[in-house]
Amino acid sequence: MSPKVSRLRPLVYVILGIYAIVTFVPFLWALSASFKPLHEIVSGGMHLIPRHFTLDNYKTILQQEPMFGRWFLNSAFIAVSVTVFNLLFNSLAGYALARIKFPGSTLMFYSILGMIMIPGQLTIIPSYLIIKELGWLNSYQAIIVPMAAQATYIFMMRQFFINFPKELEEAAELDGLGRFGTFFRVVLPLAKPALAAQTIFIFMGAWNEFLKPLMLMSDKAMFTLSVGLNTFKGQYISFWNYIMAASIIMTLPALLIYVFFNRFFVQGITFTGGK
Amino acid sequence: MAKSPNGRQSRLRLREALAGYTFMTPVVLILGLFMLLPILYAIFLSFHKVNLLGSVSYKFAGTANFERMLDDARLWIALRNTAKYALIVVPCQTLLALVLAAILNMKIKFRNFFRVAYYLPTVTSSAVLVLIFMWIYNSNGLLNHLLELAGLPTYNWLGDPAVALTGIMLMNIWSTAPLYMVIYLAAMQDIPESQYEAAAIDGANAWTKFWRITVPQLKPVTFYVVVMGIIGTFQLFDQSYIFSAGSGGPNNATLTMVLLIYQYAFKNLDMGYASALAFVLAVVIMLITVVQRLIFKEEKLN
Repeated sequence: MSPKVSRLRPLVYVILGIYAIVTFVPFLWALSASFKPLHEIVSGGMHLIPRHFTLDNYKTILQQEPMFGRWFLNSAFIAVSVTVFNLLFNSLAGYALARIKFPGSTLMFYSILGMIMIPGQLTIIPSYLIIKELGWLNSYQAIIVPMAAQATYIFMMRQFFINFPKELEEAAELDGLGRFGTFFRVVLPLAKPALAAQTIFIFMGAWNEFLKPLMLMSDKAMFTLSVGLNTFKGQYISFWNYIMAASIIMTLPALLIYVFFNRFFVQGITFTGGK
Repeated sequence: MAKSPNGRQSRLRLREALAGYTFMTPVVLILGLFMLLPILYAIFLSFHKVNLLGSVSYKFAGTANFERMLDDARLWIALRNTAKYALIVVPCQTLLALVLAAILNMKIKFRNFFRVAYYLPTVTSSAVLVLIFMWIYNSNGLLNHLLELAGLPTYNWLGDPAVALTGIMLMNIWSTAPLYMVIYLAAMQDIPESQYEAAAIDGANAWTKFWRITVPQLKPVTFYVVVMGIIGTFQLFDQSYIFSAGSGGPNNATLTMVLLIYQYAFKNLDMGYASALAFVLAVVIMLITVVQRLIFKEEKLN
């Protein structure tokens, strides 16, 4: 290493440290507000550590806002269902496109490639009209079913399976397992890294989705947390202590998943990053 | 003859095809009903006047929906906001992502910690991020306190049309840059070490190596990041909606294309015109994507 680089070294850590602060401060400031009573927030000031630490904000929104727990469960149910369906359906399709010969498979593959290029904004209004026609407005299936399979991840699974060693499947076939047995007992268990990367992206996407529940759910009991949070803001205007406590509750599940699975993130991003 | 080899083979082939169709069925149904059909429906809607009262009815309108765009003052405001936003956000977030990635790509301690930490805003829901930033932006909030401390002028970030869009821009540079940082970082690790070693023998310092090797090698990635940034600008919705409670205010300062489409479709119930707008937006985005892919391919071939 040249002497010039080692002289730069402290500067590098200073920059890294400053940007870490820039990243963390908004979150810490929100966390701090969620533990402060309203009078402390209104009086202003910049102290990060609450002077009158309290859990009342969390208690209040969980007890006095009966819908809040419901919104949380709605979000969780929708995000988990969407994730499970995607893992199953995308893998099935990806495997078929990679391995099974059947008439029309090329057409299906190119249709799916084409769908990846279609921006979601084009289908918002017609999807709404179709879901309305099906009588699904204000129901879980309105969000879950249209999101249950995604072209990008079908393509990702197809690429994964195409590089998969064929010998394992041939051995399974010799053991008398059909296509289904081979898929569920041999292929799927070995696809864990691809499934993990997919899980994170799909769960996060469904958990954070805003436009779809906003447009499909008008009944307050069917709101997801993201939409609920937005009406909550209107209702408790300038009660920043409550709004921040609710925001922290919404952030935690996604944060936990991110911390535990963060190494799969990079794989997933570099994959979806057009490589 | 009980079984000809041909018959057996065709039965095997039939069994394969059946398995194939069974594996594809869920995806074909879902994407057919909620992707393919909506795409065709969107084109149909763009050329019709849609009446939603009672049962849905359509009246053919020719190109009326598209002609209407020319005189739509709010569309031009949304486009102007989008252009202003893209001109500032895209270069800033690209440069920030490149610098952060270049630093993280050096041999430093706690590299993984910084990478994980910096990425945090990208995984946080936009609904939460907007609320946190509104809390920081409110007139008695953290940002104004900091500006005051530094002796700078303070603003009514939420209510003043002159700065409302700036608030959203700052937030989005902060929350999107880490995504592109990770893409840059992955690309940097693909640059062969031998190139840097050769440059070192020629006496190049870190700065020269960065400008002469890293930046040129990353050209296709930079192009990708810029194009994705521009497309992201066209797709902006959540932030503007939550920030302005759905109005695009104050005084249309935060109105975006998708928010405009949403308002026409779900506030004015003018689904035909809204679909035409969405159609034009989609065509623009797809053209940008196609151009990007073509140039990308050329780069790779060279």
